[in-house]
Amino acid sequence: MANRQSGGSNTAGGGAQRPNGAPQNKICQFKLVLLGESAVGKSSLVLRFVKGQFHEYQESTIGAAFLTQTVMLDDTTVKFEIWDTAGQERYHSLAPMYYRGAQAAIVVYDITNQETFARAKTWVKELQRQASPNIVIALAGNKSDLSAKRMVDHDEAYAYADENGLLFMETSAKTAMNVTDIFLAIGMFL
Amino acid sequence: MDEEYDAIVLGTGLKECILSGMLSVSGKKVLHIDRNKYYGGESASITPLEDLLSKYNLNNEGDQYGRGRDWNVDLIPKFLMANGQLVKLLIHTGVTRYLEFKSVEGSYVYKGGRISKVPADEREALASDLMGLFEKRRFKNFLIFVQEYNLEDPKTWKDFDARTMTMAQLYEKFGLDENTRDFTGHALALQRDDDYVKAPAYSTMKRIKLYSESLARYGKSPYLYPMYGLGELPQGFARLSAIYGGTYMLDKPVDELVMEEGKVVGVKSGEEIAKCKQVYCDPSYVTDRVKKVGQVIRAICLLDHPIPNTKDALSTQIIIPQKQVGRKSDIYVSLVSYTHQVAAKGWFVAMVSTTVETNTPEDEIRPGLALLGNIRQKFVTVSDYYEPVEDGTSNQIFISSSYDATTHFETTCLDVLDIFKRGTGEDFDFSKVKHTLEEDM
Ligand SMILES: Cc1cc2nc3c(=O)[nH]c(=O)nc-3n(C[C@H](O)[C@H](O)[C@H](O)COP(=O)(O)OP(=O)(O)OC[C@H]3O[C@@H](n4cnc5c(N)ncnc54)[C@H](O)[C@@H]3O)c2cc1C
Ligand SMILES: Nc1nc2c(ncn2[C@@H]2O[C@H](COP(=O)(O)OP(=O)(O)OP(=O)(O)O)[C@@H](O)[C@H]2O)c(=O)[nH]1
Ligand SMILES: [Mg+2]
Repeated sequence: MANRQSGGSNTAGGGAQRPNGAPQNKICQFKLVLLGESAVGKSSLVLRFVKGQFHEYQESTIGAAFLTQTVMLDDTTVKFEIWDTAGQERYHSLAPMYYRGAQAAIVVYDITNQETFARAKTWVKELQRQASPNIVIALAGNKSDLSAKRMVDHDEAYAYADENGLLFMETSAKTAMNVTDIFLAIGMFL
Repeated sequence: MDEEYDAIVLGTGLKECILSGMLSVSGKKVLHIDRNKYYGGESASITPLEDLLSKYNLNNEGDQYGRGRDWNVDLIPKFLMANGQLVKLLIHTGVTRYLEFKSVEGSYVYKGGRISKVPADEREALASDLMGLFEKRRFKNFLIFVQEYNLEDPKTWKDFDARTMTMAQLYEKFGLDENTRDFTGHALALQRDDDYVKAPAYSTMKRIKLYSESLARYGKSPYLYPMYGLGELPQGFARLSAIYGGTYMLDKPVDELVMEEGKVVGVKSGEEIAKCKQVYCDPSYVTDRVKKVGQVIRAICLLDHPIPNTKDALSTQIIIPQKQVGRKSDIYVSLVSYTHQVAAKGWFVAMVSTTVETNTPEDEIRPGLALLGNIRQKFVTVSDYYEPVEDGTSNQIFISSSYDATTHFETTCLDVLDIFKRGTGEDFDFSKVKHTLEEDM
């Protein structure tokens, strides 16, 4: 049976169970969800972050839609439970269960496609309306390696993120630019 | 939408979502449509509370019921048996990963106008106020006999062949009185009427074992309930289906099923037609292919206190055996609360339901309502219970039955597994579920 703690983030300092009495790090676990139009690179970002890989022909998501990755931040072990949409967002049919109880969300758009940025904004609104009030939202302008084909202005996105209290970075799942950084920034924020 | 699918599923109630998940897992190409813009159909949990209030021309003025969006009110109340079929489905498919359950605190049975805790093992039986001292001893021996009974091992039979001898004969063998028979049959074996007494004892004995095994798993009662309400269950199975490639479209009107030579070949929505080999749906999508076989009355009650005489349990089930109140079918009472994230802080949701037997159904649930104490608000619905006219094998339209009055998923799971078998010609193969739904690095 799922034994997630209510509220999700459980900070355990289990030093007492250690036979050698060594000081133990804090462990935090977070549910992080990815949102954004199809093909903006959500799955690619996760693949890069979790496995350090990139596939030029990443299939539209089915299969493993739930991954975990652990990172160290100072003396704290941060474990991300990363949820991918499984394509349910394609016809605007994502179940609210998906972002229920999430402590963090990365809303992704593709810098070469203006429509995906507009869609990202509606996701941010939806999260602000429906998700838990203190959710940390990061905006990722992905495919920054394709800046020759850029359609979304960096400063415009930055200004929008700033107004709405979002973390913001331009990322590339292909070159790995800012990928780990955006997850770490979220970890710090939490 | 203009593609060809193996199966199109209409409606996102629990049964349809489980089916959709099982079909996708089995490698079928599935399109899943709902005319509503939310998941769950009849098995949705309504949020915010204002949505429910407005249906009855009520409001939440001055936040008299607390914050509306803290409520997730089930339209159909049910609990999961900890060791039951639905839990097995959830675990095998990995859907438990998306959900969080709480054990239901108390399981009670009604006797002579008051309620008592259902004893499920020897220790509890001895402490129970349901029976006198000598009856307790007889009941204890009965429970031990049932626990130890093994069809493979005639030594455990003690001259009782449970495959041919009836439950009445077993009660007789242990000299159990009417009252004990009543709570054993209805609150432990969860039989809905008294036909079981004349049937071979083995099936009721298995049910009693399931009750005890489920109880043994989490302690206080054999029942589980998901945080945020039952509406999470269909969403969980829908996600499973999507992960295995199922396509989801909510808020999509369904105009008609397209037939050719007596078989379904597609579903029409506006100008679009999605082609398919099969359709799976709930009765509301095919009103001309189902028959009404009865009615269920359900009263949703908002309380600002637990149910009296339940030791302030924050969740509970009470069964009122039919005989206790001169009826043919049992009355079920269930309670969940703010601790399950289905009500605002300090609030409780009770549901009283039964199968309708008269022209004045509200009178029928009175014994249940009377147990609740002061009721702050009550929403009563009487819904028709539909069954499909055909089994679907000739026209390839597989229709689920409506949800019945029971507070468990017994019949729900049986219906789903049966539909799956009719539709695919085989039992669901759990080994087809890949165990890569999650990956730990
Ligand atoms: C060991 C075992 C024996 C079963 N025997 C029968 C049977 O004889 N007749 C039948 O119709 N279905 C039987 N079933 C199927 C069972 O009724 C349901 O399919 C299953 O329990 C539903 O589980 P659920 O998670 O939906 O929980 P729920 O549906 O919430 O579980 C409650 C249901 O489980 C069944 N049940 C309750 N107590 C027992 C018990 N002690 N032993 C067996 N079943 C119980 C009842 O029908 C009850 O309504 C049995 C299942 C198991 C695992
Ligand atoms: N050049 C470039 N291509 C990328 C980048 N990230 C993803 N892609 C490509 O974009 C395509 C879509 O990426 P996915 O990760 O599948 O996108 P998604 O958002 O998960 O899509 P859905 O699963 O359909 O919702 C793939 O062909 C990737 O190879 C990037 O940073 N740069
Ligand atoms: Mg993807």
